[in-house]
Amino acid sequence: MSNIKPSSESQRGDVAPGDEQGADDVGRGVRGYLIGFVLAAGLTAVSFYITRSTLVWTPSIPIALSVLAVAQMGVHLVFFLHMTSGPDNVNNLMALAFGLLIVMLVVFGSLWIMSHLNHNMIPMEKLMQMQR
Amino acid sequence: MTAAQAALPAHGASHGQQHSHAAGLSEHEAHAFSQRIVVAYGFWIFLISDIILFSAFFATYAVLSDSTAGGPAGRDLFDMRLVAIETACLLTSSLFCGLAGIGAQARNSRLFHGAMAVTFVLGAAFLAIELHEFADMIEKGAGPTRSGFLSAFFALIGCHGLHVAAGLLWLLTMMAQVVAKGYREDILRRMLCFALFWHTLDIIWVGLFSLVYLVGMTA
Repeated sequence: MSNIKPSSESQRGDVAPGDEQGADDVGRGVRGYLIGFVLAAGLTAVSFYITRSTLVWTPSIPIALSVLAVAQMGVHLVFFLHMTSGPDNVNNLMALAFGLLIVMLVVFGSLWIMSHLNHNMIPMEKLMQMQR
Repeated sequence: MTAAQAALPAHGASHGQQHSHAAGLSEHEAHAFSQRIVVAYGFWIFLISDIILFSAFFATYAVLSDSTAGGPAGRDLFDMRLVAIETACLLTSSLFCGLAGIGAQARNSRLFHGAMAVTFVLGAAFLAIELHEFADMIEKGAGPTRSGFLSAFFALIGCHGLHVAAGLLWLLTMMAQVVAKGYREDILRRMLCFALFWHTLDIIWVGLFSLVYLVGMTA
C-alpha cells in the first residue's frame, strides 16, 4: 500500500483518532487546545448573546443557533479530537461521515414524517366531539 | 518484506505492514503503534454509534417539543444562567481533559493528575447543577410524566447526564490505574479512549444547549 508513495510522511500510514500528528512537543499540543478553547468559548458566547438581543431577526434565530452549533462542533472536532483532512485521517473521517449521514436521516426523516402525520390528523377538538 | 513485518504473524500482519517501513521503528514499537490506532479506531466507531443513539433521542425531542399538553413549555422552565454555567463547566473540563492527555503522553505526573482533578471537579459541578435543575422542575410539577415534551426532555438531557456520570467514574479509574500501574502502553491507550469519550460528550452538549435550551427559550 504505502510503499508506492515516495514521501516519508505518507509512510507513517494512519493516525489514531484523537492523536495529533507530530504532537510529541508539549507546548505545541497545549497551544492547539488553547486555540480551540478560545474559539469554542467565543462561539458559545455569541450563541447566548443573540438569543437575548435584537441583533438577529427573531424568526431566524433558530437557524443562526444551528449554524453556530455546527461551527462549534467543527472547532471541537479539529482542535480537541484532531480530525484533519490529511491522508492519515481518511479512515477516521469516513467513519464520522457515515455516522453523520445516519444522524441526518434519523433527525430530518423523523421531523419530516411526523410533521406530515400531524398535518393529516383530525384536529384534537374535532376528535373529542366525535367521541361524545 | 522487512524483519518487523515477518515477525508479526500472530497479531495480524496487516497492521504491521503499514508501519514497519517507517524509519527507525523497532518490532515492538511498530506493534504498539498499530495497536494504539486499532484500539482508538474501534472506540471511535463506538462513539459514532453513541452519537447516533443521541440523534434518536434528539429526533424524539424535536418531534415532541411542542406537545406540552397545556403544561409548561421550555421558556417557562429553563434557567439560562444555570445553563451558561453548565456549558462553561463542560467546555473548560474538555480543555483540561486535553491537557491531561498531553500530560499522560509526556509522562508528566503533575500535569496529568492536576488536569484530571480539575476535569473531575468541573464535570461533577456540571452534574450537580443538572440534578438541581431536574429536582427543581419535578418540584414545580414539571416532571417527565407531565407532557410529551417533558418526557422527551428528561430522556435526552438525562441520557447525556448518565454519560457524564459514567465518564466521571472512568476518569477516577484512569487516575488510579496510572498511580497503580504507571504510564504503560495499555494504560495510555485507555487514556486516549477516555479523552475521546469526554470530548464527544462536550460536542453532544453543544447540540443540546444550542438546540434544546437556547432555541427553546426563543420559540
